[in-house]
Amino acid sequence: MVVPVRHYGRMIFAVIVVLAVIGTVYSIATNPNFEWSVVAEFLFSPSILRGLGSTLVITIVSMVIAVVLAVVIAVMRISPSRIISSVAAFYVFVFRGIPLIVLLILLGNLGLFLKSITIGIPGTQVVLIDVPISEVITPFVASVAGLSLAGAAYMAEIVRSGLLAIGRGQREAAKALGLTSSRTLRFIVLPQALRVILPPMGNEFIGMLKASAIVSVIAGGDLLTVAQGIAGTNYRTIELLIVATIWYLLVIIVFSIGQYFLERRTAEK
Amino acid sequence: MNDQIQDPARPMVHIQHVDKWYGNNQVLHDIDLAVEEGETVCLVGPSGSGKSTLLRCVNHLEEIGAGSVWVDGELVGYRLRNGRLHELREADACRKRVEVGMVFQHFNLFPHMTVLENVSFAPITVKNENKAEAREYARSLLERVGLAGREGAYPSQLSGGQQQRVAIARALAMRPKVMLFDEPTSALDPELVGEVLAVMKDLALTGGVTMLVVTHEMGFAREVGDRVVFMDAGRIVEQGPPAQVLGDPQHERTKAFLSAVLR
Repeated sequence: MVVPVRHYGRMIFAVIVVLAVIGTVYSIATNPNFEWSVVAEFLFSPSILRGLGSTLVITIVSMVIAVVLAVVIAVMRISPSRIISSVAAFYVFVFRGIPLIVLLILLGNLGLFLKSITIGIPGTQVVLIDVPISEVITPFVASVAGLSLAGAAYMAEIVRSGLLAIGRGQREAAKALGLTSSRTLRFIVLPQALRVILPPMGNEFIGMLKASAIVSVIAGGDLLTVAQGIAGTNYRTIELLIVATIWYLLVIIVFSIGQYFLERRTAEK
Repeated sequence: MNDQIQDPARPMVHIQHVDKWYGNNQVLHDIDLAVEEGETVCLVGPSGSGKSTLLRCVNHLEEIGAGSVWVDGELVGYRLRNGRLHELREADACRKRVEVGMVFQHFNLFPHMTVLENVSFAPITVKNENKAEAREYARSLLERVGLAGREGAYPSQLSGGQQQRVAIARALAMRPKVMLFDEPTSALDPELVGEVLAVMKDLALTGGVTMLVVTHEMGFAREVGDRVVFMDAGRIVEQGPPAQVLGDPQHERTKAFLSAVLR
C-alpha cells in the first residue's frame, strides 16, 4: 500500500476558505438591511424583465455588428496596401483608446454638434439621404453604435491573430489549387481561424454584456437603467442592484453553456 | 486570349531565360529548361540552390524577375503586350494555375476537411464540377494512391505518408497538365518515404503524367526520372539522363554534391 503525502497546509487553507465563504454568505443573507423580499418582489417584475430584454437585444445586436466589423477591419489590417492597413490600425487605436463611457455620451449627444445626416453626390445638388440626427440616433441606436464600434476594435485584434495563426502553407496550397484570395479567406483561412478566435470571442461577449450596463448613462433602457429608475422611486438601491446582478450572472451562465458546445463543435479534428 | 503569343516549340513546360531576385540577391540566373509532355524531370542540388524557387515559378507562386515561363504553350502569370510582360489579374492567374498541380513538402492538407473533401473541394469550388461526379473522381483517385476506405478521415488521423498521398490525389483531382513536387518526401519518417515514392513512380511510369520533381531521393531520380537537372547557386550546372548525371558527373560541383549525398 502506498500512503500519499498529506498536505496539511493545503487542508488548513481549504478550511479557512470555506469558513470565509460561509461567513460572507451568512452575513449577507441575514443582514436586516438587505430586504430579500424586495429582491424577490422585483426579480420578475415586468419592467425589470423588459430591461433585461433590452440588455439582451443591445448586447446581441452589438455583438453581431462588432464581429462583422472586426472581420472587415482585421482583413484590412493585413492588406498589402499600406493605406488600407493604416486606416484599420488607426481605427483600432482610436476606438480602443476612447473610454466606452465617453464614446457613449458623445454618441448619445451627437445631435448637439451634428444636425442632420446628408448623403449626396458631390458636385451636384442631388441629395440622396437627409435625415435629422435626433430622429436617427435614439438612445438604443447610440448604445448599439458605441458598443459595436468599441467592441469591433478589440475583436479585430482577436480576428487578426486568428488569421495570422493559419500558416502560409494553407494559403499556398489553396492558391496552387486556383483559389482566389477571397475564396481562400472564406473556405480555408476563416474556418480554421474560428477555432483560435472563438474562446476569446466568448470573453468579449461577456464583456459586451457587462459593458451594456454603461449605456445607462444615456438612458439606454437596459436592465441597469430600469433597476436604477425603480431604485430612484423606492430608495431600495442595493436590492435592485442585486436583482440586476442576479440576471447578469444568469445570462452569463446560460451563455457559457452555449459557448462550451460551440467550442466542442469547432474543436480540432 | 487572342493577343496571347503561342510558344512555337510547345514543350509542356518551357522556362526561358528566367532571372529572379530577392532584393539585391539574385537567386535564379538565366534559367532555361524545357519539359516534354509525359516526361519526368528531377531537380537536384544543395539547399539554397534555387530548385524549389524555380519550381514555384512554374505555377506563379513566385514572381519572376525576367524571362518567361510557358505551360502548354501559354505564358504563366503574365501576358505579353508590346514586348513587355504584364502581370495577370488574380482571377486570370488562378485560371492558369489550375493546369498545374503542386505537392508540397509539408503536405498542406486542409485540416478542417475530410480526406474526400480535401480532394473534391477545389474541383467543385474552382471548376464548378458536378458534386457527385467530383466525389466519384476523388474516390477513384484515393483508390489509385492506395487510400480507399479513408475518405471520411481527417488529415490529423493519417500518417505523414498517407497525408502526402492525399495531397497527390488532391492535386490530380484538378486534372492538371503538369505536376510539381516540392521535396515531397523530405518531411516524412524514413519508413514512410517508400509508399509516397511508389505512388509517384506509378504516375510517372504508367500514368504518363508530366512531372517536375525537386528531390533528394537519388534512387528515385535514377529509377524514375527521364532526366536529372543539377542546380547550384541559382544556375543549372548540368543535366542529362540520370545514369549520366548521377553516374558520371562532369562538373566538380556535381561530383562534390553527389559524393556527399551518396555516402
